[in-house]
Parts: sequence; C-alpha cells; structure tokens
Amino acid sequence: MAGRQKWLLHPGAKPLVFMLCLMPFAWLVYQAFSDQLGANPAEALIRATGGWTLRFVCIVLAVTPLRVISKTPALARFRRMLGLFCYFYVVVHLLSYSGFDMGFDVADIARDIIKRPFILVGFSAFLLLTPLAATSFNAAIKAMGAKRWQWLHKLVYLIAGLGILHFFWMRAGKNNFNEVFVYAAIVAMLLGWRVWNHWSKRRRQVSSPPAVGAR
Amino acid sequence: MLIKTNSSGFNHPVSSDITPQGIYQGRRDLIKLMASGTAGAALAGWAGRDALAQGVPKPGKLASLAGGKSAVAGAVTMEKVTEYKDATTYNNFYEFGTDKADPAKNAATLPVKPWSVAVEGLVKNPKSFTLEELLKLSPQEERIYRLRCVEGWSMVIPWVGYSLSELIKKVEPLGSAKYVEFITLADPKTMPFVGSRVLEWPYVEALRLDEAMHPLALLTFGMYGEVLPNQNGAPVRMVVPWKYGFKSGKSIVKIRFTDKEPRTAWNKAAAQEYGFYSNVNPLVDHPRWSQATERRIGEDGLFAKKRKTLMFNGYEAQVGQLYAGMDLKKNF
Repeated sequence: MAGRQKWLLHPGAKPLVFMLCLMPFAWLVYQAFSDQLGANPAEALIRATGGWTLRFVCIVLAVTPLRVISKTPALARFRRMLGLFCYFYVVVHLLSYSGFDMGFDVADIARDIIKRPFILVGFSAFLLLTPLAATSFNAAIKAMGAKRWQWLHKLVYLIAGLGILHFFWMRAGKNNFNEVFVYAAIVAMLLGWRVWNHWSKRRRQVSSPPAVGAR
Repeated sequence: MLIKTNSSGFNHPVSSDITPQGIYQGRRDLIKLMASGTAGAALAGWAGRDALAQGVPKPGKLASLAGGKSAVAGAVTMEKVTEYKDATTYNNFYEFGTDKADPAKNAATLPVKPWSVAVEGLVKNPKSFTLEELLKLSPQEERIYRLRCVEGWSMVIPWVGYSLSELIKKVEPLGSAKYVEFITLADPKTMPFVGSRVLEWPYVEALRLDEAMHPLALLTFGMYGEVLPNQNGAPVRMVVPWKYGFKSGKSIVKIRFTDKEPRTAWNKAAAQEYGFYSNVNPLVDHPRWSQATERRIGEDGLFAKKRKTLMFNGYEAQVGQLYAGMDLKKNF
C-alpha cells in the first residue's frame, strides 16, 4: 500500500496521467489528419468525443470510491485534473458538433438545440458543468467557502444523469441501448456506493462515539 | 426572382457547384482538342462522354455486371461518384446491425444463391422469377443516382439495373392494383438482427403504382459495374432516387400488387416520423432534425459546410408531376 502511495505521490505521476488523458484526443487528431475516421469523419469525431466525455465522467466519479475502498488517499490528487479533462472532452465534443455539423452557424445551432431534445439535454449538461470547471482552482474554493463549493460540485451527479439521458435519447432512434446501459450501470454503481457509504457512516457515528479527529 | 426564400421551391446551386471541376475541365480540354484539329479522334470520346467523364473504375471485388447507356431522363448525374469503399462500408441494413459499419461486417452470411422473387397479388400473370430470369428480363443500364439518407447524409452511386416498369409490364397489373409492396428477406438464421425490436420483420416497403412505373424507379442488381455486394442488398433491390434511402428495400423476395396502401416498416415503427411517401423534401423536417441540408460522404470534408438538400433529391423535373396538387407537408 505504501508502495502504491509512493508511486502516486511521485512528481512524475501527474504529468504521466495528464499525457494518458490526452491520448484519446491525440489519437483522434491523428486519425482525422490521416483520413482514418471512415466515411463520415465529422460524425465519427462527434461520437468519439461524446464517448470520451462519458468515460471521464465515470473515471472522475470512481476516484473517491477507489480512494476509500483501497485506502489510497493519494488518489485525490488526480481528481481535479480528471474532472477538467471531462470538461475538455465535452468542449471538444460541443465544438465538433457546432463546427463540423453546423458550420458554426449560431442561428442553425439555436434552432437545432430547440428541435432536438437530446441536444438540449446535452447542452444543458455542458452549461451545468461549466461553473464546476470554472471553480476548480484553489482560490475559488477559498473564495466560495468549502461548504458552498462542495454543494456546487455535487451538481456532477445531475450532470452525469443528463449526459446519460443525452446518450440514451441519441440511441433511441435505433433502439440500440446496450452501450447506454453499460454507462448507466457504472454511474448508478458509483452513486449507489456513495449513498451506501453515507448511511453506513452515519450509522457508525450513531452507534459509537466518534473518535477524535474523525470526519 | 432575386430574393430567394425557403418557399421559393427548387433552388438550384450555381452550375459550377453541380459540375465537378474535373468534368468541366475535361469538356474545355475537349473543345481545345477539337479546335486544334484533332477533332476526329476526340469525337469518339465525346460520344461516350458520360462514361468517360465519370470514368467509374470497377472495384474488382465481385462478378462484373455491365450496364449500358440509359435513355431515361435524369438517369446519369455528372456529380462525383462516391468511393466504392464508402458506399459499401457505411450504410444501413438493420437485418445485419444498426451501426452503419455493421452490414459490411456481418452480411457475408446472406444466402444469395439460389434466389427467386415471387411477383403476386393483383396481376394477370403472377410468377416466381429466378434471379437468372430477372437478370435477363430487360437490358441492364448504368444509372448514376444521388442517394439521400433520411439521417442527413448523401452519396452518388452508379447502380446497374433496369426500370421496375419493365417487370411490371410483364406481369400486367389488374385495374384494381394501386400499390406495389416490396417484401425483403427476413431469415433469422443468416441475418443476426432479424428479431431485434427496432422494426417489425420482414422489412416491407411500398410505392404507389404510378411511382413504381416511373422509369427512374430502378430494379437494381449491381453497382460500380459489378453485382451488388451483400451489405448493399444483394442480389436484387430497389433504388428510388427521389425518396429517402430507406424506401428502397434490399434483398427483395416478394413483390405484391395491392389495392390498399401497405403499412411499411418504418411507418409502422414511427408513423409520425416516417410517412408513406418519404420523398426527399428540404422544406419538411424530420420531427427530430432538419432535412434542409446534407453531408455528401467523401466530399463535404470536416471543414466544408453541408450542402443544401434539393427538392425530390434533385429529380423534381422528372417526378414532380406525380405529386401535382398534393400537400407534401401532409403527405410527407
């Protein structure tokens, strides 16, 4: 365990994770320029970046359960970066849609958002995620106060739900929900763990007097 | 009209948008050749200019099926033909999966031999045709059509086949026949997604009899000078170029003449989204997305704006009269 902590605290660990998180993007850019995205590159890019956004939602929500279950507090160091990568991929996703699909035509985009409920849902998730990304630096936490900051960042649960609804709705045209259910199950598990953890902690606190310094 | 609005109907792009540079450059070169006195040799090429201008190379994958020149108006568009690879790896054929890459991966199992098509219903001469009989029924022609998918993408595909009307004339519909129904193969043993809940199987499509008689409605056996690949609806399918792609049934096993409008597969699945006619119409949106524009596969690259969708997919001059007086917003 100590060995794991040491690796995670290594000064090279963060840059390494950063590079790993950037790899899907680098791979897509490479494929785009070497004409490997298939018959409809725009559609391929939009779908791939949407998929990576959902994957990062799952990854970032997995940090806390993993940290607690494996008793590896050092994992917390990576949470902010992973969250920001989630925002990075949703921005690329939104830009791919607006640019490659809509030609950056603001009027067309506005019409499309109203016309297609699944785009409205996805766009709302993006809007809700923006204040979270914007308040991710330390000074923001200080300025807001930890309580209020935490409250704001609990929005991530709503955002994850909207993201999955967005994906569900997009796949509804073809009744093809297998992948949607995988993401939904992962997110449900990660949220379920939090609920369970919350209640079992409370029960422990009720049944035994809290140890000094426990939170 | 100087000021164009959405309701001013048939909006052609400028002619330089329609004719690819390679082709008009070719014409100009030809004129130069003629002027420079080598007209005799060049004229032979001029006679076969469609084939030359398009120069659709055979992909060399399947048995060759040559199509002769067609005399039908609108039979050959001069637009750039979509790459064979794109046309055969990016398409919908739900019997083999709902992803557009699935048909190419899964359709190898399609049992194309032996094949027959039963023609029945309100006709004087019902008959089950073997594929060989159908292939010989009328001379094969090359038809280079635009294909517009209801999902908002398009291609240009050189099909090989003949007007469905040739077959219809042979079986002689009765006076009571008003519609033609196309029933496609639904074999759960060889088509892994038959039985999935997306659609009711078999996949059924239909046309009004006068639509089916239109010379552009193509009974299709090949593409790119070869027989149809399995994933594109081998060995025989319909191609109705002025309607959204899903109206063109693949791997047809039965053609039935009826007096009532048949319920078609997508219409049964979502009647408010997919009407019986489903003519390409930029002015009538799909309830969930706009149909005003389309992405031409292989051409409208990442940074190009999507192109405007044309009324009846650009075949208004040929088929517009079929719908004279009809409210196309209601009969979508």
